[in-house]
Amino acid sequence: MAKRLLVRGNEAICRGAIEAGCRYYFGYPITPQNDIPEYMSREMPNVNGVFIQAESEIASVNMVMGAAATGARAMTSSSSPGISLKMEAISYMAGMELPCLIVNISRSGPGLGGIDASQGDYFQAVKGGGHGGYHILVLAPASIQEMYDLTMLAFDLAEIYRIPAMILGDAVVGQMKEPLVPHPRPDRELPAKDWALRGKSGGEQRYIKSLYLGDGELEAHNWKLYAKYQEMKAKESRWEDFLTSDADLIVTGFGSAARIAKTAVMMAREEGLKVGLLRPITLFPFPSAAFAERTLRCKKILDVELNTGQMVEDVRLSVARDAEVHFYGRPSGTGSLPTPEEILGQIKKYY
Amino acid sequence: MHQVFKRPVSLKDVQTHFCPGCHHGTIHRLVAEALDEFGLQQETIGIASIGCSVFLYYYFDIDVIETPHGRAPAVATGVKRARPDRFVFTYQGDGDLAAIGTAEIIHAANRGEHISVVFVNNTTYGMTGGQMAPTTLLGQRTSTSPTGRKPEVEGFPIRMAELLSGLDGVAFSARAAVNTPKNLMDAKKQIKKAFRYQGEGKGFSFVEVLAACPTNWGMNAIEANERVGREMCEYFKLGTFKNTAGL
Amino acid sequence: MYMAGFGGQGVLLAGTLLSHAAMNEGKNVSFMPSYGVEKRGGAAMCTVVISDGEVGSPVIGNPSVGVFLNQASFDKYCPMIKAGGTCIVNTSLVDPATCAREDIEIIPIPMNAIAMEMGDARMVNMVAVGAYAARTGAVSPAALAEALKDTLPERNHKYIPDNIRVLEAGAARISHH
Repeated sequence: MAKRLLVRGNEAICRGAIEAGCRYYFGYPITPQNDIPEYMSREMPNVNGVFIQAESEIASVNMVMGAAATGARAMTSSSSPGISLKMEAISYMAGMELPCLIVNISRSGPGLGGIDASQGDYFQAVKGGGHGGYHILVLAPASIQEMYDLTMLAFDLAEIYRIPAMILGDAVVGQMKEPLVPHPRPDRELPAKDWALRGKSGGEQRYIKSLYLGDGELEAHNWKLYAKYQEMKAKESRWEDFLTSDADLIVTGFGSAARIAKTAVMMAREEGLKVGLLRPITLFPFPSAAFAERTLRCKKILDVELNTGQMVEDVRLSVARDAEVHFYGRPSGTGSLPTPEEILGQIKKYY
Repeated sequence: MHQVFKRPVSLKDVQTHFCPGCHHGTIHRLVAEALDEFGLQQETIGIASIGCSVFLYYYFDIDVIETPHGRAPAVATGVKRARPDRFVFTYQGDGDLAAIGTAEIIHAANRGEHISVVFVNNTTYGMTGGQMAPTTLLGQRTSTSPTGRKPEVEGFPIRMAELLSGLDGVAFSARAAVNTPKNLMDAKKQIKKAFRYQGEGKGFSFVEVLAACPTNWGMNAIEANERVGREMCEYFKLGTFKNTAGL
Repeated sequence: MYMAGFGGQGVLLAGTLLSHAAMNEGKNVSFMPSYGVEKRGGAAMCTVVISDGEVGSPVIGNPSVGVFLNQASFDKYCPMIKAGGTCIVNTSLVDPATCAREDIEIIPIPMNAIAMEMGDARMVNMVAVGAYAARTGAVSPAALAEALKDTLPERNHKYIPDNIRVLEAGAARISHH
């Protein structure tokens, strides 16, 4: 068995990013993700990387834009209010088709809210939180191993589709410690970066922009982005199936909520209830087909989220027409994290 | 025949969209000449801002990234840190640099990023239609200060070249103008000095260039040009405010 | 299991130590800290789930075991212990009479007093871990001793023998009990 390390989720992201070849980190302090800039400030110099604590969230994500424009793997991390500040640049990078990684170890809101685990940023993450109508790749890890693996995957998919990528976590997966098995980045064929700025160097001029003023140009650009989103939906939707094949009720949820729900599902099974878990791993693209297919047979879905109902809208749009979709939410705050026992109660209510 | 005047290779052979009497075209040319003279065209990455300067890639035959409003110095930081072997300059207007991008310019300067900044100050927001800028002079009428800028309401015009020169991270800071042949020659010298600072690895360099915006000032080209000398040079003194390496 | 006390009692370090020991024994484990906004003196609490199979939720509503180092945490969490479960209580600071439950076992251990006897009041957390491991068998004494190397910063490795003695003292209270 490979050597296991007991690490915090935020640290697993850093290890995954460095293993994936990211050498540029730009950030700004905010709880509960401070372990990330702290780790990067310590480790980046050891791999000849760059760490800058910027003057703001805005500056840090724009530094990412600059580094990414040269073809480098670059990232920033923050938590909800800070992510709101980064949204302008994320919209630009979506338009510019710049690959990069943004980590949101989200906290409760709205406003200053609190520092507890929350899933209140689902809409912001998957519906294009900035202006202009766009999407970015959004991955939702539910374990420390996934924090590591999905960070590496995010960098690869970002380059393959030329799109900003986001890891959407929270204080549970960010602060919790679990065994991690580190491993090299899996081999994956990546496209040449023939768009990266390098100074002409004897070649053609290159420029990176999001302004399109010519007749029909911007419409064409938006259709091109749309086609890319459709392709991602077809090829990159990822989810975890847990005991769904014979289930009479399927629990769904993402990230930490799914993790808590999984124990509830195990408890239900111990009591003889046929319950399974379907956990979206990619939130954009949303694994709609998985929901459509499973609800051909199983007609009851219970969606659990740490908010008042966000992903449930995508679940409802995805399931078979005659499936019932129930929702159980706990908008986060101190003392509001649901327990498996509590979710088991909900399972029994709808089973 | 001996050619005495030609288009710099760093500029493309295209017509600009700038208004008659606007100084952007002139400043573009000075920047391009400086790039040519240092042989930088093939290794330069230009950082465009928002405003009339947004079309940098359309006029300059160099690699360019267009940035969100005010963020050019942060984007330049990312570019330069990832490619320290490249020549990186931002080209920003007064709304971009001295209002919405104040934090980015101050902190890029304070970190002593090895970039050069060309700051075009025409005392107004040009592209959006002549609104009040942080550099709008006292009494100046704009579309958002219709009775003239009043210090008790809108505060005072910001002198960016002087302000930045107070930061330890800044190696070179100067202000120039292009309203007369002499000023224009001086402006080119200052731009070249700023570029030398970066080329020689001597730190952050900044050149403010006073410019005319005849359309939004409600003047013809000649009147606008005269206003630069008469009013702007009075408040925004030309000169070198910091020159740490004595170039 | 829950382990809770106030900031400065070493609750989170104790939870990390347990997690390391469990991992080194080949088990699956999750360590979930929760603490106040204050850096010192606030409430400190962690949930450690140790399992031979998949861990599932790192958060649990009704743990089978609770280890409580101060009165506030005992009062808050004792009612949540699963029926038939166990509470290991630091009676140096906790009066266990405040939670009158017949359906759980309460193991009183004067942890501060024992730590003081062993020469360092700061090792109250090691008394707690030693007692927990001895009572539940969740991890072996050898695994705990080994895990100290992973858990303590290098500069504190010289104190490992002292920590082991205190772990043993905590475990010894369980055999007495």
